Amino acid sequence: MTIDDWLRAALADAERRGLPELKPILETLARATRALRAADFNADASDGHRMQP
Amino acid sequence: MMAAPTITIEEFGRRLRARDITAEQMTEECLRRIELGNPALNAFILVMADQARRQAREADRELSAGRDRGPLHGVPISIKDLLDISGTPTTAGSRVREGHVAERDATAVAHLRQAGAVFIGKTNLHEFAFGTTNEDSAFGPSRNPHDPTRSPGGSSGGSAASLVAGMALATIGTDTGGSIRIPAAACGAVGFKPTYDDVSTAGVVPLSRGLDHVGPLARSVTDAWIVYRALLGDAALRPLAALPARGLRVGVPRAYFCDVLDDEVRARFEEALDALRAAGMTVGDTSIPHAKDIAAIYLHIVLGDAAAYHATTLESMPERYTAPVRLRLEMGRYVLAEDYVRAQHGREPLRREVDAALAGHDVLVLPTLPIPAPPLGVDSVKVGATEEPVRNMMLRLTQLFNLTGHPAIAIPCGRTSTGLPCSLQIVGAHRQTEPLLRAALACEAQIG
Repeated sequence: MTIDDWLRAALADAERRGLPELKPILETLARATRALRAADFNADASDGHRMQP
Repeated sequence: MMAAPTITIEEFGRRLRARDITAEQMTEECLRRIELGNPALNAFILVMADQARRQAREADRELSAGRDRGPLHGVPISIKDLLDISGTPTTAGSRVREGHVAERDATAVAHLRQAGAVFIGKTNLHEFAFGTTNEDSAFGPSRNPHDPTRSPGGSSGGSAASLVAGMALATIGTDTGGSIRIPAAACGAVGFKPTYDDVSTAGVVPLSRGLDHVGPLARSVTDAWIVYRALLGDAALRPLAALPARGLRVGVPRAYFCDVLDDEVRARFEEALDALRAAGMTVGDTSIPHAKDIAAIYLHIVLGDAAAYHATTLESMPERYTAPVRLRLEMGRYVLAEDYVRAQHGREPLRREVDAALAGHDVLVLPTLPIPAPPLGVDSVKVGATEEPVRNMMLRLTQLFNLTGHPAIAIPCGRTSTGLPCSLQIVGAHRQTEPLLRAALACEAQIG
């Protein structure tokens, strides 16, 4: 799931649950998740294993 | 003559065995300070006055009969209200746990009891240890003894406040992202996070089981060593000597860890390094290449773990949480499994990098907190020209060593111009607690 799709779904869910105050917090989490996914230690099935042995 | 509020366990022990003071007298002094100071500081959730007096009298009787349990015999200690003490509630600073009474001591607490410690009370904390300022507690915020308009740090804020205000001679906290070291730094105490899994967490309410640590806050490195040994179940006296300062190799990871610092915190840190150099220590730069990934890795792990633990009560009794903690727990429920796994995998390169940094040095040294204790009720603070979120600042320099499990101790290193404590964090190799604390003794002698 892309982060954009995740964020859309999460915001909609927070709204549905009556927790609109979650919105800025979820946006903060989205930024952190983007950073996490961009890290160079993440595995990549397409070119073998980018993680250190 | 009654003991000053800065008496160490070491000094109390000497006076106790010289019959200059009794455990009962020391306990009464702590209780008196609690009665006078706790309304302002709100350090305690539960004051165990009757039990403490009984334990203190028993400690005095045992000593008179020739039974000496060791350096913690008769020492009044406060316990963060996240650890079980048999027969008392463990509130975790939350209404969620209303009605709870512990059936048995946490393992670490049982060890302290066996060592003869006197339990003076259960201290206030950030609810469920899920915060760094001690502001969000069902029992109201704790306050910093140096400036009651400021946070004592968290989540073990009540513990730190109780120690620094003379209400206990040592205190036990927990540390998942910095919650022993942060309040130690904010309040001007020593705070020690051992190697991961060194001290048992059985009987401790969890936040993130892979990151949780139990450890002491104390008035000196020697006191922290004494309490740490007792937490392991070794109550015997094992004197600790400082490593020779000359030739001690100190590594400073400047990139990231020294990038965002309050001007006065930076000044005290550099002055501390100058003092270490003057004593003959070698101070060199080192680096943690993946440091910029620390915050994102930590966030996904702690959120995922906390959300899992609180899933049932978030559904059944959400209104019992403080609003800010509830929201952050709810945030955790949106962490995807794939991102939680990514974060767990991210710990290994960090662990290797801290090991590599330590390979060329005896210890690493960095500030504990990049800012002085923040005012209560603020979400951001100005650092230089930039407004920074308080939570990010409080965790910035400590959370790495929860991810990697390396032992880390915070010691005081001067004050700001307004009297707020600054702190130096010293980090050692895995399971090398004694060398780390011997190095910390050497540092403390130069900057304490």
